[in-house]
Amino acid sequence: MSKQSIPVRKFDAVIVGAGGSGLRAAIQLSEGGLKTAVLSKVFPTRSHTVAAQGGVSASLGNSEEDHWHWHMYDTVKGSDWLGDQDAIEYMCRMAPEVVVELEHFGMPFDRTDEGKIYQRPFGGHMSNFGEKPVRRACAAADRTGHAMLHALYQRNVRANTQFFVEWMALDLIRDEAGQVLGVLALEMETGEVVAFHAKATVFATGGAGRIYYSSTNAFINTGDGLGMAARAGIPLEDMEFWQFHPTGVAGAGVLITEGVRGEGGILRNSDNERFMERYAPNAKDLASRDVVSRAMVTEINEGRGCGPNKDFVLLDITHLDPATIMKRLPGIREISIQFAGIDPIKAPIPVVPTCHYQMGGIPTNYKGQVVSPDGTPVKGFYAAGEVACASVHGANRLGTNSLLDLLVFGKSSGDSVIDDVKSGAIALKDLPAGYAERTMARLDRLNTQTGGSNVNETRLDLQRTMQKHCGVFRFKDMLLEGVAKITEIEKAVAKTEIKDKSQVWNTARVEALELDNLIEVAKATLVSAEARKESRGAHVRDDAPDTPENPNGRDDVLWHKHTLWHREGSRLSYKPVTMTPLSVETIALKTRSY
Amino acid sequence: MDQRERINRLRWRCTRRAMLEMDLLLGEFLEQQFPTLTEQQADAFVVLADMEDLELWPLINGSQECTDAVQGEVLALLRNVRVK
Ligand SMILES: Cc1cc2nc3c(=O)[nH]c(=O)nc-3n(C[C@H](O)[C@H](O)[C@H](O)COP(=O)(O)OP(=O)(O)OC[C@H]3O[C@@H](n4cnc5c(N)ncnc54)[C@H](O)[C@@H]3O)c2cc1C
Repeated sequence: MSKQSIPVRKFDAVIVGAGGSGLRAAIQLSEGGLKTAVLSKVFPTRSHTVAAQGGVSASLGNSEEDHWHWHMYDTVKGSDWLGDQDAIEYMCRMAPEVVVELEHFGMPFDRTDEGKIYQRPFGGHMSNFGEKPVRRACAAADRTGHAMLHALYQRNVRANTQFFVEWMALDLIRDEAGQVLGVLALEMETGEVVAFHAKATVFATGGAGRIYYSSTNAFINTGDGLGMAARAGIPLEDMEFWQFHPTGVAGAGVLITEGVRGEGGILRNSDNERFMERYAPNAKDLASRDVVSRAMVTEINEGRGCGPNKDFVLLDITHLDPATIMKRLPGIREISIQFAGIDPIKAPIPVVPTCHYQMGGIPTNYKGQVVSPDGTPVKGFYAAGEVACASVHGANRLGTNSLLDLLVFGKSSGDSVIDDVKSGAIALKDLPAGYAERTMARLDRLNTQTGGSNVNETRLDLQRTMQKHCGVFRFKDMLLEGVAKITEIEKAVAKTEIKDKSQVWNTARVEALELDNLIEVAKATLVSAEARKESRGAHVRDDAPDTPENPNGRDDVLWHKHTLWHREGSRLSYKPVTMTPLSVETIALKTRSY
Repeated sequence: MDQRERINRLRWRCTRRAMLEMDLLLGEFLEQQFPTLTEQQADAFVVLADMEDLELWPLINGSQECTDAVQGEVLALLRNVRVK
């Protein structure tokens, strides 16, 4: 296929991704009168946002007194002071507005008796600057993400947003001056590559949790937006920070809620010991997520894991009355039977700490504009949602702040596009010569590769390496080894071979292209993690322990800064954390303790 | 659309879903059991796979009843899939 034969479609704006963030941005653009295309690998309401059950945070104060400033404080503290305080203030201030707006779009929130949006408590949400728990999470039963996507999708249909479903964006189009002019995308049904030429390109491609062997993320989360950005010379920010959930079913990754331990579930090692008694004598199995996760990894690393490979621990509820299990935890029993092959009434469930959420991403400001290392916007390029790093989550995300991030920065990125188009800051520039060469070369290579590596095996290798060398608890030597290993795996990724060379519905090709993105995220994560010689938030190193000089192992003198990973040469640079909010005083550095 | 295209499209729709649980279940089912289905059952599976996850999940776990007989047969098979 030569570049002359590539069809070009012109739009004011192209959005890649139809999850919560992409759909929210699209509403802003379509209703603002811009001709807008939304590309998605799947039908919009099949995006991973559906999996979010817990809720979305906003200091509405419907059940008790609350204030955006308290929400801001919790978010800064949750981020272990790595979040940018301008972006955090912006998000928390905007929260009530975007949540009420969502309600007007038709979101069926649970209600109080007076008909207001019902709010429930959630870990880390406090009133009065950390004093006591406050009810801040708004939910639509246990289907918040699903309901949110449906409300946003309907609104887009009304606004005539044009959807391109089962299309995979392959690469950014960027000119010499660095301006982004759209994307190249593959239509799965035809195998055709098309250039989407636009004034503005918005990335809303979600997370990349599939870089880990054990992940709660659906298969779709292959970090395509991150891969595309990295290949186009955009550095990735704070990629060492990944949130883990302590109890995913070993192998499958499916999440087992904290509620199981709440009902009396006990974690055991291969000696059948209730090991949490040693790590957290008081809270035991109910200690905080990171404490439990680290204890589990320590047990596994010290040879007390279970199973033939000694690589998981057991979550035991066999001592509970079967009637209690059937009544209180029916869903968990089903999940355990289907995904672990174990009836938890009779035998304990194999579990491991499991990757859940990516805090880092494409660097943006709070307006949703992608920014260069010096803070100036990259012309024509915007990002929102899990793929972006604004940075509001810093080193650790607060539960329910992610759905909020989608709404706030989906909207602000849309507003920025409209402003930038109106002010003339971005206009439709000609596509540069040879703009598709790199992408077509990638496809040609796949079509002609012989004697290469197997896509599934290489992906598994990558995932196992990440899990072992850069998991929830990190060790200096393991990280160093991991960097070497991932560099080897990168060579295999560059030589993947697919047997099916057909054009139409070639899923083998698409999976190979997804792997091209996973490897960029894996490299960024390992290299950034190896370099950061402190513990902060979700990045916890064995060689940066809790000491009086550096509580929790955090080293603000050397490491209070954002990492930027540059694909070229796998090089790192750093930039300062924004400590100045928009209107209030700085929330000064403090030890994070709950 | 030939058979390879049909299966590949179905594979995409079975393994790029909203929820991990469904990727795992439908993906496993497609590999292990789909080839052994009758033509009618295969058609019913395509209809089920086109549903959204939060429509399909209650049918699989039985918290909601399915009124279509052939779909019911396929759901019974899906219910017995073990992902390991
Ligand atoms: C099990 C689970 C539970 C969670 N619960 C909560 C919760 O209760 N509260 C909360 O705040 N957060 C929660 N989260 C996190 C939250 O759900 C996600 O961070 C958020 O939904 C991500 O939304 P998004 O719009 O960024 O991306 P997604 O919803 O993942 O959408 C990404 C979109 O990009 C498209 N796409 C990707 N790559 C390409 C490509 N190459 N070409 C074309 N299209 C592409 C996809 O098709 C999709 O439409 C949870 C996460 C998980 C895994």
